[in-house]
Order: sequence, then structure tokens, then C-alpha cells
Amino acid sequence: MRKISRLSRFNIASLALGFAFLYLPILILVIYSFNASRLVTVWGGWSLRWYHALFADRAMIEASWMSLRVAFSSATIATLLGTLAAVALARGERFRGRTLFSGMLYAPLVMPEVITGLSLLLLFVALNAERGFWTVTIAHTTLTMCFVAVVVQSRLGSLDRSLEEAAMDLGCPPVRAFLSVTLPLIAPAIVAGWMLAFTLSLDDLVIASFTTGPGSATLPIRIYSEVRLGVKPEINAICTLVIALIAVVIFIASLASKLSSSQGESAAPL
Amino acid sequence: MSARRIFARPARFAAIAPYVWMVLFFLVPFGFVLKISLSQTAIAQPPYEPVFDLTAGWTAIRAAFAALSIDNFKLLTSDDIYVYAYLRSLSVAVTATALLLLIGYPIAYGMARLPKRWQAVAMVLVIVPFWTSFLIRIYAWINILQHDGLLNQILLTLHLVSQPVVWLSTDTAMYVGIVYSYLPFMILPLYATLAKMEPALEEAASDLGAPPGAVFWLVTFPLSLPGVGAGVLLCFIPIVGEFVIPDLLAGSNSLMIGQTLWLEFFTNKDWPVASAAAIVLLAVLLLPLLLYERLQRRQLEER
Repeated sequence: MRKISRLSRFNIASLALGFAFLYLPILILVIYSFNASRLVTVWGGWSLRWYHALFADRAMIEASWMSLRVAFSSATIATLLGTLAAVALARGERFRGRTLFSGMLYAPLVMPEVITGLSLLLLFVALNAERGFWTVTIAHTTLTMCFVAVVVQSRLGSLDRSLEEAAMDLGCPPVRAFLSVTLPLIAPAIVAGWMLAFTLSLDDLVIASFTTGPGSATLPIRIYSEVRLGVKPEINAICTLVIALIAVVIFIASLASKLSSSQGESAAPL
Repeated sequence: MSARRIFARPARFAAIAPYVWMVLFFLVPFGFVLKISLSQTAIAQPPYEPVFDLTAGWTAIRAAFAALSIDNFKLLTSDDIYVYAYLRSLSVAVTATALLLLIGYPIAYGMARLPKRWQAVAMVLVIVPFWTSFLIRIYAWINILQHDGLLNQILLTLHLVSQPVVWLSTDTAMYVGIVYSYLPFMILPLYATLAKMEPALEEAASDLGAPPGAVFWLVTFPLSLPGVGAGVLLCFIPIVGEFVIPDLLAGSNSLMIGQTLWLEFFTNKDWPVASAAAIVLLAVLLLPLLLYERLQRRQLEER
């Protein structure tokens, strides 16, 4: 076979421009968060001024704390439910209501958030539930468990079934075969699913706006109301902190997927 | 009995908890949206007339059915604001999806042609912005596009314009924001199909004398159509209902349906009209949603 360079000049240009487009705006935001000047246009030297201002902002701190709590609990419940759903879809063969089940799991992935948010709010009002931490957590769990299910299901699909079948042929009960053979193999996908659920919850504005109550704003709600009033250097600072947090999460997730790729094919369809 | 069959039963039991959860928090809520979209607006808390009261017995239910009204839907179809909002949402979504395909395809194509080791890196580079906050990425663009923002400064320094250009609150800004936010959703499915494609097919075509353009349009593009379909649906459906991007970047003189719904709900407190708007939006998106589901199911289950 002849060895030709498949990469044309057009390919390289589109990759360079594409990645510049994806990363420059975020980079600019991070740099401006360290700008000493209040004006976005003027570079006043490096400074941590806006981070100090941020930590003095009680409302912002409270919103961050609320968001982290919601993200942690909803990601945990979503990972549990999403993994169960993935197992049922990948290993349950045919069962009654399967089409409805997979439909309910795939639809929220693309459903406009205004619809999901509004419908959940109407449910909570009808149930007379007090809106706040728990209603947002339930709403985020409903959205993010679908993402977890897709990530775990695709890992289960690429997994060699003969391992768990061998265990059962040798007399291992199915549940134990799952726990001691399948679960360790899909663990990296489950970790990646949790991380994805966590960041999605941390990010969501629309669904949280519908389902939260007075006095319990999440971080995106807080940021949104500030942004509507115009650009403020403090917002650059909080955004940089969120990006840093997400970078750490991604780093851990990529470590997990490294572990997974040493055991087999890498998962992560998203 | 094969091991596969023994495993199927307990695996089915695993469906129970997520099934109940999704019925309760995804399916049932749509019933409430439908119900409230059919009720009358009221100045109360919650701001609508109750439609059903099951405790009041059969006659009350009959009376309730009689009181159901399609006024909200009549309002949606008769008032130009709503009709226009739906049309604008659809046209914005079509334009933005076309732009995304135009911009995303060359990037995905370039990625698929990278050496294998670099492909993994490029893949991570595309996924990372997807994990980074949506709101923050939109906000990053406000920094750049505002009156005395970076873009105008650069343009002024280069003497390309003589005075600052208004970027914010325009459709241009909105399209930039949408393309920026949804680009990973377009690139990933495109890349997945392009990377799986056998390079020998393109080589065979060019060995047989096809010019590069013909190779692309007769071989590469038709083979990548499943990826095109997935990417288009993955972008089109959420963009129709988009709220944050048009709200922060577009002007306020023409609204998309997501904004109208938000406005009716949060500002006008007209829950029934907001619910009716959601039902109509759902009806508009039903066909693309079903298509998307079929694609997703085929991709995840029939391997």
C-alpha cells in the first residue's frame, strides 16, 4: 500500500481555525478575570482583585454552595438510576414497555429545556411540593440520568459478553456475575457518567430557573441575573473558577478512561 | 438454557426503578402541561383555574371536561406574536443547523484524516468545551462582542472600520453564539462516521481517475450521511427551543418561541398560555424527535 499523506492543507487549516474558534473565547475570558482594570478594554496588569471581590459576595457564595450540593446529589442518584437503566437496555433482551422506556431515556437528551423545566414545575405545583433544593435535584436527576444511561449502555454494548456468560455457565448467580465481572469492567464508564451528570447539573440554567423556589438560586441563575445587567469583572472570575473545577473533573475522568482503555476499548460516546 | 437468557431476567428487574422515575418525572408532567394548557388563566397562586378535582366525584369531572377550553391555543394561532415566534424559531434553527454543518464538516473531516494518535487528542479537544458551562461560553462572547470589546478594538486598530460596530443584540451575535455552543454536537457524530469509513474507498475512486471534488461528493459525503443526520437532529431540535442564547445575544425586537414561553411564564405569569406554547412546540418537534430516537436506538442497540 502506498503511503500518502492524507492530510491536505485544507484539512490543517480547518482544524486550526476550528480549534481556535472553540478555545479563544474561553482563554480571553480567563485572562480578563486577572485584569486589574475595571474596564474590559483596558489592560491594567495582573491582579487577583476580582477574586477578592467574589469571595466577599455572600449571595454568590451561597449560590455556588447550593449548586455544588445539587450537582453532587443529583449526579449520584442519576448515576445509580442511569446505570440500572443501561443494564436493563443492554442485557434485558425484550421486555414489555421497552420501547417506551428507551424513548423516555433518549428524548430528554435533545428535548428543549424550557419544556422539561415547565412540565416539572407544573408537577411540583400540583403535588404542592416546596420548591428548592430537592425539586431542583429531582429535575436534574431526571435530565442527567439519561446521559449516564447512554454512556454506560454504549460501554456495555462494546463489552465482550462471553466473560459474564462464562461466569454464569460455571454456576455463578446472575447478580453476582454482574457485580464481580461486569461492574468492574464498566466502572470507568460509570465514573465518566457521574462526572458528566455533575457538570451538566452545575451548568443548567433553564430547568433550575423553573423548578427552584425563592431564596434558593443556583450559581447559573445568579450568573445569569448578573450578566443581564452587563459585563462585570467578578463574573469573569467566577466563570474562571467554574472552568477550573470542570477542568479538574475532566482530568479525573480522562484518568478513569485511561484505566478503561487499558482494559479494553475506550467508552465515552459524548 | 444459555447464560444470556438467565441474565436477561434480573437485568429486566433493573429497569423498574428508572422506569418508575421516568414515568413519574418525565411522562406524567406532560399530562400536567396538557391539562393546564386547557385551563383558564386566573390571577391566583398558582395562576390558573383548576381543571380536575377527582375528589368531587363523577359529575364534577363531567363539568370539568365541559369547562376545558382551547382558548389558549386559539390565542397562539391568532396572535401574530406567537405565530411569528414559531416561524422565527424554525428559520433560526434551519439557518444555524446549516451553518453548523458547513463549519463542522471540514473540522470533522480534518480530524478523521489525522494520524490515529492525534485523533484521540482532537476528540478530547472537541469534547472539553461541551463539558464547560454553556452559560459561561455565551458570556465569553459578550466580553468579545460588546461595544468596546475585543473584536471592535481589533477592527479599529487594523483600520478595518472607522467606528465601533454594533455586534451585541443582533442576529449575527446570536448565530455566532449558537454555532459556538452547538459545534461539538455537530462534529462528534460526523467524526464518528467519517473515522469509520474505509480510506481504500476514496483511494480507489481517485485511482480510477475521479477528481478530488467528485471523490468527495460521490463517495465520502454519501457514506457520511448517517453522521450528517445525527448531527443535524442533535442540533436542530434543541435550537428550536433555545432560550439562553437568543436572550443574551440577540436583539429583543423579535423573539424565539423559547423566549416567548419564558416571558409568558416568568414575566406575565400566564401559565396556561406558556403551557399551550410548550404543547405546540412539542408538536412541531415530534417528528424530528421520533427520527432522533430511532437513530439513537439503532446506534446503541443494533450492533
